[in-house]
Amino acid sequence: MNEHNVRNFNINFGPQHPAAHGVLRLVLELDGEIVERVDPHIGLLHRGTEKLIETKTYLQAVPYFDRLDYVAPMNQEHAYALAVEKLTGTEVPIRGQLIRVLYSEIGRILSHLLNVTTQAMDVGALTPPLWGFEEREKLMVFYERACGARMHSAYFRPGGVHQDLPHELVEDIGKWIDPFLKTVDDIDELLTGNRIFKQRNVDIGVVSLDDAWAWGFSGVMVRGSGAAWDLRKAQPYECYADMDFDIPIGKNGDCYDRYLIRMIEMREAAKIMRQCVNRLLGDAKIGPVSSLDGKIVPPKRGEMKRSMEALIHHFKLYTEGYHVPEGEVYAAVEAPKGEFGVYLVSDGTNKPYRCKIRAPGYAHLQAMDYICRGHQLADVSAILGSLDIVFGEVDR
Amino acid sequence: MSEALNALATYIRETRGALISDATVSFGELTLTATADNLIALLTFLRDDARCGFVNFTDICGVDWPQRPDRFDVVYHLLSPKQNLRIRIKVATGEDQPVPSACAVYPGADWFEREAYDMYGILFTGHPDLRRILTDYGFEGYPLRKDFPTTGFVEVRYDDEAKRVVYEPVELKQEFRNFDFMSPWEGTDYVLPGDEKAKQ
Repeated sequence: MNEHNVRNFNINFGPQHPAAHGVLRLVLELDGEIVERVDPHIGLLHRGTEKLIETKTYLQAVPYFDRLDYVAPMNQEHAYALAVEKLTGTEVPIRGQLIRVLYSEIGRILSHLLNVTTQAMDVGALTPPLWGFEEREKLMVFYERACGARMHSAYFRPGGVHQDLPHELVEDIGKWIDPFLKTVDDIDELLTGNRIFKQRNVDIGVVSLDDAWAWGFSGVMVRGSGAAWDLRKAQPYECYADMDFDIPIGKNGDCYDRYLIRMIEMREAAKIMRQCVNRLLGDAKIGPVSSLDGKIVPPKRGEMKRSMEALIHHFKLYTEGYHVPEGEVYAAVEAPKGEFGVYLVSDGTNKPYRCKIRAPGYAHLQAMDYICRGHQLADVSAILGSLDIVFGEVDR
Repeated sequence: MSEALNALATYIRETRGALISDATVSFGELTLTATADNLIALLTFLRDDARCGFVNFTDICGVDWPQRPDRFDVVYHLLSPKQNLRIRIKVATGEDQPVPSACAVYPGADWFEREAYDMYGILFTGHPDLRRILTDYGFEGYPLRKDFPTTGFVEVRYDDEAKRVVYEPVELKQEFRNFDFMSPWEGTDYVLPGDEKAKQ
């Protein structure tokens, strides 16, 4: 075969490939086994969330956020609730804040468990997902016991949370933490020192810190490259400022560092959960879980039976909704995958004028071409796994 | 937070006042208004200046205001991890006035500009690959514009006879309902049914 017969090879990866983590179609240009170019085709799960939100009232928009990153639903609602609270100037009582933090951390563990274990599966290990999903199941039961739904919870509402937690539930969450840490240790033992796992992840997909910032990375992706940056510490929202926890950072910016950070973050999340549980059973055992402003938060059922004003509030809030002052805000939370932001433009009516959802996975996935260039074909799935992509939020 | 933002706004006004037309702080967030011509110079300054250091690119999005002559706002969000501050830059543009692409300053702007093009039809000059991104292959129209109906124009289904997916004009069994909840006690800008007979 002479020189000009050698040509690059194009392959189509996905949209039905199990390692594509959903509906990603990658058009790969290969030179032998070396990746020359990656062109991700996304949008196969595009549902027009932003357009739909513009046609709904502020409260009706909440459930759309569950369907974005559907492995950690409440973290998304959190960003939206913060944006609406910023525009309306609503304060959330401490018990409501603690419940939010508790469930945000449950969401973080849900997401990291899924990511760490399925990434292990992408590189060939079958046991971690079986162990991790058992714990996820228990966490989803906690979701269910709080709001009635395992995934699409619609629990964080602007002004607070929908309902109070029963004390038994908080106690059960407290009892879950220690056995869970044992499971994390087990997964740790399976993977961290594992020769195959290390061969597939160490020095793969290295991102320098400058590039990570410029590409719009956030969350684990910048921490893996060595930035001590976490919105929970840097720009604390809710009661994260009172919590005691550490931010793990990486040194090499490769897939293995990102894996290690996610493992440590799960332990830190458990630490935050324990503090929340102690306070929810201690100094914040009783108290309101959402703002007492009747113009934003609907009244309790019992109140409605007796108070005319509560009845009117209920009727108005569930038909017309509330009007939000004119203005624009950007509110971001440290979601498990990175900075999840909501840019909300209000024109003073009962519907958002524009609601831009800034999903971390979108910024991470666009760098696939930059990270994968020069890697082997088999590394593509390892890199994709360590980016932590969920198509609900990428495609919106 | 607000003092730091005010100080930053003053600093930008003093050093690069020619590049911006306005700088306001509201809801604890700093918004700069700029024109398309000055955008790249402004972004480069914000990224490279030691007192700004907005190295982290966060977001680009469009906002549609159909009543305005320049109907779109292109909104940039940046983050400075060193100063721990966020900034927003707004550029007004029209349907056929392109905005210079920020890809050379922030490589991460690529897909966000493609999305703004896909959703609003905002054009970016100098973008390496301005294709549609989120909508279907062969999609027509710009879905997030205010004059685009929420129900869209076409629907897809699998045709068992043709053994393929077919596109058909959308057919609604029930008309799309858009309730007007503006309360008459707050004053409407239309005449309520029955009121036309009332003496003024």
